[in-house]
Amino acid sequence: MQDILNQYVTVTEDAVKEWFRVGETTDFPENSGACIKYKSKQIAVYNFSRTGKWYATQNLCPHKMEMVLSLGMIGDKDDIPKVACPMHKKNFSLEDGRNLAGEDLKIATYPVKIEEGNVYIGF
Amino acid sequence: MKNIIVVGNGMVGYKFCEKFVEKAESKDFKITVFGEEPRPAYDRVHLSEFFENQDAKALEMAPAEWYGENGIDLVTNERVADINRTAKTITTAKDREFSYDYLVLATGSSPFVPPIKGVEKEGVFVYRTIEDLEGMLAYAAKLRELKPNARGAVLGGGLLGLEAGKAVMDMGLEPHIVEFAPKLMPRQLDSRSSQVLKLKLESIGLNIHLSKATNQILGDKYIIGMEFGEDDMLDVDMLVISAGIRPRDELGRACGLEVGVRGGIVVDNTMKTSDENIYAIGEIALYNQMIYGLVAPGYDMAAVAVEQIIGHTDTVMPADIDMSTKLKLIGVDVASFGEPFMPAAKGHSIIFENKTQHLYKRINVSLDGKSLLGGILVGDAADYNMLHQVYLNGMAIPEDPSQLILPASEGGSSFGSVLDLPDDAQVCSCESVSKGDICCSITEGDCTTFGDVVTKTKATSGCGGCKPMVTDLVNETLKSLGKEVKEVVCEHFNFSRQELYDLIKINKVPNYQEALDLFGEGHGCETCKPLVASIFATITMETANRQPTIQDTNDRFLANIQRNGTYSVVPRVAGGEITPQQLIVIGEVAKKYDLYTKITGGQRIDLFGAQIHELPLIWKELIDAGFESGHAYGKSLRTVKSCVGSTWCRYGMHESVTFAIDIENRYRGLRSPHKLKGGVSGCIRECAEARGKDFGLIAVDGGWNLYVCGNGGATPKHAVLLAEQLDDETVVKYLDRFLMYYIRTAGPLVRTAPWLDKLEGGIDYLKQVVIEDSLGIAEELEQEMQGLVNRYECEWKEAIENPEMMKRFKHFVNSDDTDDNIEFVPMRGQKMPKQWV
Ligand SMILES: Cc1cc2nc3c(=O)[nH]c(=O)nc-3n(C[C@H](O)[C@H](O)[C@H](O)COP(=O)(O)OP(=O)(O)OC[C@H]3O[C@@H](n4cnc5c(N)ncnc54)[C@H](O)[C@@H]3O)c2cc1C
Ligand code: SF4
Ligand code: SF4
Ligand code: FES
Repeated sequence: MQDILNQYVTVTEDAVKEWFRVGETTDFPENSGACIKYKSKQIAVYNFSRTGKWYATQNLCPHKMEMVLSLGMIGDKDDIPKVACPMHKKNFSLEDGRNLAGEDLKIATYPVKIEEGNVYIGF
Repeated sequence: MKNIIVVGNGMVGYKFCEKFVEKAESKDFKITVFGEEPRPAYDRVHLSEFFENQDAKALEMAPAEWYGENGIDLVTNERVADINRTAKTITTAKDREFSYDYLVLATGSSPFVPPIKGVEKEGVFVYRTIEDLEGMLAYAAKLRELKPNARGAVLGGGLLGLEAGKAVMDMGLEPHIVEFAPKLMPRQLDSRSSQVLKLKLESIGLNIHLSKATNQILGDKYIIGMEFGEDDMLDVDMLVISAGIRPRDELGRACGLEVGVRGGIVVDNTMKTSDENIYAIGEIALYNQMIYGLVAPGYDMAAVAVEQIIGHTDTVMPADIDMSTKLKLIGVDVASFGEPFMPAAKGHSIIFENKTQHLYKRINVSLDGKSLLGGILVGDAADYNMLHQVYLNGMAIPEDPSQLILPASEGGSSFGSVLDLPDDAQVCSCESVSKGDICCSITEGDCTTFGDVVTKTKATSGCGGCKPMVTDLVNETLKSLGKEVKEVVCEHFNFSRQELYDLIKINKVPNYQEALDLFGEGHGCETCKPLVASIFATITMETANRQPTIQDTNDRFLANIQRNGTYSVVPRVAGGEITPQQLIVIGEVAKKYDLYTKITGGQRIDLFGAQIHELPLIWKELIDAGFESGHAYGKSLRTVKSCVGSTWCRYGMHESVTFAIDIENRYRGLRSPHKLKGGVSGCIRECAEARGKDFGLIAVDGGWNLYVCGNGGATPKHAVLLAEQLDDETVVKYLDRFLMYYIRTAGPLVRTAPWLDKLEGGIDYLKQVVIEDSLGIAEELEQEMQGLVNRYECEWKEAIENPEMMKRFKHFVNSDDTDDNIEFVPMRGQKMPKQWV
């Protein structure tokens, strides 16, 4: 299982090697997450329509290794956009993937780009 | 600058540092701490929580940075190996030397491992450190894979042993407790209470073996059993030894400090050892010829040593040390305080025992009947904090002391207000926080919430046992100041659930996003979203399909999410009545989709292991065969359980099944602050366990008795009688009113029992509202309920008939592949999810 976790590493916008198209904006429910597949990876994509922003993170919750983050509810805590894992409600920042309770858990984040109604994730 | 070296970075060693750096005088000292464990000090008292989350960080007393920030040098993973008292130096196992002016020994203790043949075998563990627990978890995981019914035993039935027993059970092993003495918790309980505790523990699945002396651990390389006598053996696959502790006094012994006959470094009431520059505190210190295996005395010792070193020499350890304890087992209340066993010459004992309910309470009062000397509580320790306070503060007790322990229904009364405690009553003994400290932090300080008080006073941050009392104190103090104790939904809505309910209803708010724009701030969270979803459902009966993204995952996918991201499916089986044909359909569906099937506690069938894309397919087949959603995933009506009643049973007074079906069908799909369960029994033998439900009906001569606000679960509670001998119609009328009133006024995730507890005026008030219509809203409540009943529709049917709604039942947006991380392993002819850890 550790191997599965290790394949998720944060990609920053300037380090992107490939922009991968994952669908049209309308494929993604508003103010919610959804899951996409890229090679062997599962990525959660969040359409934060209240602020018009998009985020992407690994779908794997590092707490109990459950592939569920895209099913979690999104929102904010002290103005930081976040997702709450549906399993035990651990909160992760959508901006940098850190655990908002200060626990030693972190998720990888990926940049998202919208062009002509298409959604791209940077890897 | 003087050097202090602390040996041992456990709970007490840490507390010494914490208390020391708070002192102004600390700037003249340099502290260096050596810990043998690989990590900084953690909360051993709550070690068992590690089983739940494997989160070592959460247990830390303070993060590693804390030490540096406070000028302390923390050296972990390095044991102190030797003390040279003449040179005033220590040498570590890595052969490094350091000199000290004061040395503080806080080396704690280690588990005592009796010299039984075979204890060195694989699979035998002790229970003291995080590493011990990691070892146990890994071993148990391996066992579960190899052997479906693996057994784990605990050697020792004391306080810790029972905690370990629960841990063994939680690890999925069949738990056994083996005790040498003829009773459990021999140090805290008398034989009768221990007998009651045994029954209680057996009822939750622990197997107890008393009076067993273990001769040998069986097995070649790893443990396969324990041998007691010649033909007396127990097959076990894992063993946790919890047979007491031994102080780690080896350092003190080697350098010639005075030690006790049975170990421990002798200290006086200033915590000094026989060498005036060396102190000993915590579980290593032998004070009054005793080792105190509890944190609270250890913390007191740390405080005394701090004061002594900085020169406040009149602060000393009290002669009497309170050894009261409460077991932290979930679901089993056990506590003892003061003098639990008392010779008849010293006082009188009052004992209340009810074996069928696993209840035992004993209090010991002085011969003149004026003061409380101690006691034992098994089965219900709700009054422990209060009794403990009465004992500690020598408070007056009622003329008839039995009032202190009799159940409320038999004339016993609970205590007065917590505010009646004397100001110097020590409420949190771990952190020595008095009632006065807590109340003043509000009345004179600027604390306004429970959280503020905790931050300010540190109360509740030790063993946590005082939490209920601190909460009450905070609330009562706030109330006495006329401050409203407002429970707001979350940071996004500054309203209580009831206020938000009214706002949404009166303003006819159409959806969550608008509610947030109108009455909230920010962008919502996992607390307010489902809460508002539930409010919408109870105002308009809207199904979870309309605003799926604000639902809890279970509601969003109309199924219960289980470990490893699969879902379970539960069709409604109203009243538990099912035809052979329906059984065949369920069986066939389960076979076709390879689902694990199990009968639930609510008399229906749960199908586990479905993947998200299979849910609509499964439901299509079930709906075609006449089934509908069972709402097992929602905070909503679950089931109305029934016995066969007069239809078949020779004792039956009325047709309980028919009535249960009618009621379940009336309230199906009803969303509420928490799940709702009902029960209907055909006579007072109560085979449907109706009194363990939120509402229960029991047939009697002349109609039904209606009970409300009971539940099973972690804090079981019997439902209480609302009205007697009702006809069917009146039952429905009262139920409509009761349920609607609860739904309107309860806080989020508050079940009916705690809701009633908090309702001012209790059951009598509820009777007035429901039966006498004292608020004049009865008709409104009935109409609202009828409206909801009329608007019911099966949300699964709605979902599978609507292609737009169906879109969400897919794992990937950009691929039809399924989640390849889901793996199953076989178990007893079915399957179960593969364990990752
Ligand atoms: C599972 C469990 C549950 C418990 N529940 C409760 C409870 O509910 N209530 C309660 O009051 N108490 C409870 N206790 C007891 C409580 O944890 C102890 O009383 C407390 O931890 C004692 O603190 P201490 O600092 O003296 O010892 P410890 O916490 O054991 O710390 C001593 C430390 O010193 C280190 N050390 C030893 N020798 C050396 C050396 N030579 N060099 C360097 N380091 C050394 C050890 O490795 C250890 O880390 C529980 C204990 C356990 C194990
Ligand atoms: S509760 Fe009464 S009627 Fe129902 S099954 Fe039991 S004995 Fe029979
Ligand atoms: S089904 Fe209920 S009792 Fe059983 S493990 Fe899950 S939450 Fe606990
Ligand atoms: S699996 Fe995500 S919080 Fe536990």
